Amino acid sequence: MTAFPMTDSAVESYVAAFDELSSSDSSPSWVQSMRRAAFERFAALGFPTTKNEDWHFTSTSPIADQEFVLLDAPSGDVRREELEPFTFGAPGWYTMVFVNGRFAAELSNLGKLPKGVKLRDLASAWTAAPEVVDRVGKLSSYDVHAFTALNAAFMHDGAVVQIANGVELDRPIHLLFVTDATAAKGMMHPRNLIMVGKHAKATVIESYVSTSDAMYLTNAVTEVSLADGATLQHYKMQREGARAFHVSTTEANQARDSHYVSFSFAIGASLARSNVYTTLDGEGGGATLNGLFMLDGQQHSDHQTQIVHAKPNCFSRELYKGILDDRSHGVFNGKVYVHPIAQKTDGKQTNKTLLLSDTAHIDTKPQLEIFADDVKCTHGATIGQIDQTALFYLKSRGINESLARRLLTYAFAADVLETIEVDDIRLSLERMTLERFV
Amino acid sequence: MPLLVIEGLEARVGDKPILNGINLTVNRGEIHAVMGPNGSGKSTLAQVLAGNPAYEVTGGSVTYDGKDLLEMDPEVRAQSGIFLAFQYPVEIPGVSNAYFLRAAYNEIRKARGEEEIDPLEFADIMDEKLAMVDMNPDMLARSVNSGFSGGEKKRNEILQMAVLEPRLAILDETDSGLDIDALRIVADGVNKLRRPDNATIVVTHYQRLLNYIVPDYVHVLANGRILKSGGKDLALELEDKGYDWVTSGSPVGAGAGARAGA
Repeated sequence: MTAFPMTDSAVESYVAAFDELSSSDSSPSWVQSMRRAAFERFAALGFPTTKNEDWHFTSTSPIADQEFVLLDAPSGDVRREELEPFTFGAPGWYTMVFVNGRFAAELSNLGKLPKGVKLRDLASAWTAAPEVVDRVGKLSSYDVHAFTALNAAFMHDGAVVQIANGVELDRPIHLLFVTDATAAKGMMHPRNLIMVGKHAKATVIESYVSTSDAMYLTNAVTEVSLADGATLQHYKMQREGARAFHVSTTEANQARDSHYVSFSFAIGASLARSNVYTTLDGEGGGATLNGLFMLDGQQHSDHQTQIVHAKPNCFSRELYKGILDDRSHGVFNGKVYVHPIAQKTDGKQTNKTLLLSDTAHIDTKPQLEIFADDVKCTHGATIGQIDQTALFYLKSRGINESLARRLLTYAFAADVLETIEVDDIRLSLERMTLERFV
Repeated sequence: MPLLVIEGLEARVGDKPILNGINLTVNRGEIHAVMGPNGSGKSTLAQVLAGNPAYEVTGGSVTYDGKDLLEMDPEVRAQSGIFLAFQYPVEIPGVSNAYFLRAAYNEIRKARGEEEIDPLEFADIMDEKLAMVDMNPDMLARSVNSGFSGGEKKRNEILQMAVLEPRLAILDETDSGLDIDALRIVADGVNKLRRPDNATIVVTHYQRLLNYIVPDYVHVLANGRILKSGGKDLALELEDKGYDWVTSGSPVGAGAGARAGA
């Protein structure tokens, strides 16, 4: 039994799981050291409370109150055809499937990867490619983020994506994390690493989906590094089960002239938190962070973004849209930090919310901290309802109330959906948007 | 049976009464012009007939094809053949004109018990209709009215009318903001759509449009009532003498006179 300085009873239930993991941990010793440090950090931080400014509008107690079982061994029984609703009708993509947190080679499609592209599962890569995975943990910050610390303590499997210098990938890579009914009461801590080489170009889709309505916790961390001139289109599709908890953190580091394009789509889970953080760490880079979340029932979905302009002459663009129905609760917090040396920064942030009911709720908080004096940074937030004039216009053409409302809901999301460059994803998301609020 | 019978129609917006007892009968095959100064209630009449919930009907009745129109939802009115060409067509960024038109067309077909048609069949129909209003097919791919010029918006209204083939078309100030060429195109479209079994109500401030869409009857509206009705010459007389000529007089005989088509 390990003794940790306990401040939080919710943390205690994780101690036994950590002890058990430690006793059978086959990962390299540096990983074991990191786990221990991360767990200590998690124990000290505890689950964030609403007193924490970053969690002001989201209570983690539904997660803290549960006792989850660590799912680290292969489990579940997912058939290929059950994945169809989640593959965007694009069977040709390079696909790594993870079932209940563990890589499932038999469901994956690694086909003939182009030269310079490596896809590995982290569980094997710890020993098979130690020189690659030694970057794990370097790009994410478990010292301040409790869920990242929790992930670092328990991480076991995930995807390691490596795109060599100059390679332009011909089709997307899909990392598909699926849970089934056997994940009930379980927790998974997927850890992904995406490294895009100099002037390389790739599209990676991360999906979190479920074939059941089991209650479970996904706590994913994805680390991204973009070398000089690299471009990554990074889509995150959060379509977890209705009773699931989902926390995910993406941390990207961008070298000069690189472009990181993130699209975060969230319609699932009962309680979800998505963090997308990027640091523009070289001149001439750009970050585009877009997102669309659609909630109903009692869903709670929190989206935090952070763009750090650490070098001059970079741009950032951000458009997040939320559509909320019933008693759902959405949160958007967009942080932009401009360092003193980051002159000529060009930043624009927009958050728009459509409320479909009187009881839906949005908290939106732009947060710009600018320490350079020659920058152009704007932000704006709007909250609105269905436009009654437009509704009447559609109805006056014979379109019934339900279809008219759906069309206007879709229209609200249209501009952010149009930013999606992968046709199969855009068409699929357009359909999902039209059909979401029937 | 007349196509439309309006009797004693009263309506308001908020606390403000706008229509104060409108009587009007429209038969199939007829074109009626409703004229009047600003604020007379002519656009309100158009909106009330289309079922805009922003207006509250406080009295009177409207019978359309033997049925109580005021009981019908706006979409049911449209499905029953009523079409309002808006004075200010609404912009809907994000919904393509093609999708919108086909959705409307199919909703109306469904209501008539006809089969829905697919995008390819619809494209064929559109070719003919676009030619009728002299519109570039490119506009089908654009968002509904979004970024359209004033003239394009009005032509788009007539295009919708051509596609939906209404039995009662109400044109609300379709001429406002149009140059003479656009006006001619719009009017030509309306005239081509005229049939013995449908009717048109043209709401306008100016006589100009009526040179191109020649009405059978002209009604002058002021303060929410029809003050004078007559044939197409009434419009010319109004142009000559101005609205004061009618509105300064007493509304004697307005009720009976307004039933011009009965």
